[in-house]
Amino acid sequence: MIPEFGHFALILALGLSIGLAVLPAVGVIKRDPVLMRSGSFLAAGLFIFILFSFFCLLESFLQDDFSVLYVANNSNSALPVQYKVSAIWGAHEGSFLLWTLISAGWTLSVAFFSGSLTTDMKARVLSVMGLLNIGFVSFILFASNPFDRSLPFFPQDGADLNPLLQDFGLIVHPPMLYMGYVGFSVPFALAIATLTTGRLDAAWARWSRPWTNAAWAFLTIGITLGSWWAYYELGWGGWWFWDPVENASFMPWLAGTALIHSLAASEKRGVFKSWTVLLAIATFSLSLLGAFLVRSGVLTSVHAFAVDPTRGLFILVFLVMIIGGSLTLYAVKASGIKSVASFEWTSREAMLLMNNLLLVVATAAVLLGTLYPLLYEVLTDGDKISVGPPYFNRVFVPIVLVLFTVMIAAPFSRWRKTPLELLGRQHWPLYAAGPVIVIGLTALLGLSFEPLAIIIQTIAVWIFLLLVKNWVQTTKQGWKPPSASYLGMIFGHTGMVVAILGVVITVYDSQERDVRMAPGDSMALSDYEFTFKSMKKVQGPNYTADQAEIVVTKDGATIATLHPEKRFYTVARNTMTEADMDPGLFRDLYVALGEPVGKDAWAVRLHVKPFVRWIWLGCLLAAAGGFITLADKRYRRLRSARSDTIIDGAAA
Amino acid sequence: MKFGKMKPQRRNRLLLVLFLVVGAGGATTFALLALNENINLFYAPGQIVAGEAPVEKNIRAGGMVLAGSVVRSETDLGVSFRISDMKTAEVEVQYVGILPDLFREGQGIIARGQLNEQGIFIAEEVLAKHDENYMPPEVAEALAEAHAESEANSDSSAAEQAAVKRGDLDG
Repeated sequence: MIPEFGHFALILALGLSIGLAVLPAVGVIKRDPVLMRSGSFLAAGLFIFILFSFFCLLESFLQDDFSVLYVANNSNSALPVQYKVSAIWGAHEGSFLLWTLISAGWTLSVAFFSGSLTTDMKARVLSVMGLLNIGFVSFILFASNPFDRSLPFFPQDGADLNPLLQDFGLIVHPPMLYMGYVGFSVPFALAIATLTTGRLDAAWARWSRPWTNAAWAFLTIGITLGSWWAYYELGWGGWWFWDPVENASFMPWLAGTALIHSLAASEKRGVFKSWTVLLAIATFSLSLLGAFLVRSGVLTSVHAFAVDPTRGLFILVFLVMIIGGSLTLYAVKASGIKSVASFEWTSREAMLLMNNLLLVVATAAVLLGTLYPLLYEVLTDGDKISVGPPYFNRVFVPIVLVLFTVMIAAPFSRWRKTPLELLGRQHWPLYAAGPVIVIGLTALLGLSFEPLAIIIQTIAVWIFLLLVKNWVQTTKQGWKPPSASYLGMIFGHTGMVVAILGVVITVYDSQERDVRMAPGDSMALSDYEFTFKSMKKVQGPNYTADQAEIVVTKDGATIATLHPEKRFYTVARNTMTEADMDPGLFRDLYVALGEPVGKDAWAVRLHVKPFVRWIWLGCLLAAAGGFITLADKRYRRLRSARSDTIIDGAAA
Repeated sequence: MKFGKMKPQRRNRLLLVLFLVVGAGGATTFALLALNENINLFYAPGQIVAGEAPVEKNIRAGGMVLAGSVVRSETDLGVSFRISDMKTAEVEVQYVGILPDLFREGQGIIARGQLNEQGIFIAEEVLAKHDENYMPPEVAEALAEAHAESEANSDSSAAEQAAVKRGDLDG
């Protein structure tokens, strides 16, 4: 019965989302405050029913109810319980239920944490979110129901979860990613709601900022986890592959980063308003495009497990409706939006504009590279191509170089106009110190003197030094502690510095060898000696494995004993590489087994990866910055200043 | 109206537009150039045997790994195997390195690398899909095409038909 309850709850949720889309909107048209306020209750109901449905699926997994098709395909009685939970989002149907749950969650948060909005505006926003939820819930009900049964004949046991997904990283990666993707629906809904009124003011931008920052921070964590997971789970030692699915999450991230910065300018100076609205629409559309690319299987990709054109078509139609509808609205309404403030080329506005242009160009470049194979196939009548990492690296590096150059003095810029010495002369000791520090450390750590690496590292160090100086000046000047927004910026920019240093050093100084090793063999790599000691059989809960023991020594002293495995998952009948590593802040030692290559020998992949942890550490710092901004008093002051009488007056 | 005599605001706006146009044009040109140099065309075994694939250029080739064709080196990680469309054509692939987990005989794979003068494909990378039932669409199509051709010549064995069918289903 439980799956039927879950299914039924979804049907009710569809009804509630239709109510959410319609009733507040009718309230706005009829100027009826009761109808306008109905949104909050409907949002709460929507969330409760989808949560209930989610728990029904969870219970089906925990009970090993293999009469449910989705459970039978993605679970097994021998599967450890934590993976039975995460198996909910291990494949298409369940992961979309999670997506919808998160969407309902964001809708609920908007209903309860939007005190600074007028009743009228809140009704409009919730109505837009209701429309989106109609799309999501009906997609589940009509194209990917996780509660479908295979009665009367059902398997005795399940086909097991894909072994690649039986991992901690994959428990948390999808929820974080979806929090980000779906989170961008809030600034989107607000942009649409604001467009319908035709009034874009500072309040709109101020209200959008915390939501955008929160969604961005979640997306950052999601992407970071994905990269980290790929690094240790795929066994190739890579952390970014420019895979279409990675690109699908990277595009909304780039656009979202641009949105964060243009919102700052829109709030503080009232400039770029229509541009910001367009970015909000684009960011969410790119999130949906990401879902489409991943779920439709149109792109050849390691992630496109299931290829199902119906689902792809549904999302495509939804996407076209969202983008088409919002752009039409934009075309009709945006002409009325005027930005009045003027600014000079040296102003903070101009710098934020540069940031936006570069990020949008970067997004477009990634989009082009991702969709080009599709385009090519259509244009050449079936010729298939793939666009490799060299394209992305070549296009991306110059953009990032300019972007980071702009970042150097950006914290010292002023609105309207910045005296040039604030950007240049005043910091000459720091500018002089940058290259000295980089060259000194490069020599000290024995890293490579690649010119491009030195240039990027120098820029990164400049950004950091000027951030520190800016921090010292700001905290000294004012007697009060700096605002959360400022602190968030410091974290965000520092995080980027840490990440870019990690990327550059990992790219230029990693050492890798694929070798044939038999027990007793030793292999030198960098300053380390890897000795293949022995091989043994290991029994896991739902797999058997060949486990190697590899001892790493440096100058005769043992650094680490690593146990990489080659697992064979008995139910799914899949072979999996389980790499082992000795992680460290300044270097990772990474060992993965290939296959047996005759006699006692195995193919073994050895890596020494300096600073690789900095990539993820930096991204997490930046994400922390996004969350810190939520504490900014500016957003809360508005909330506490709320007064119902004023709101009703405004609504009437 | 002369440029110098324009109102500063209007001049700024014009400069901005010019900047945007030049920037966007430059970026697009650059991106398309980079794109053109870095696309890898896919060739089926039949096309390679027929000499349609360019020699010593980065391309991708894909097909089923023929049973019994995998030969490993005794001393290093060198391996050679033959990929086939299960019908008309076979191509030898040579690779040095670690093969993916799902590489095995009878599995559809894609290799990226260059074709040499002798018609041997020197692979830099070998991809097999993570899902063992999943067939790369390119390979599935290549198999289906080869099958259709031989159907016209009306000779096909049950085993080969089964292989093609699997390709159709999964692609």
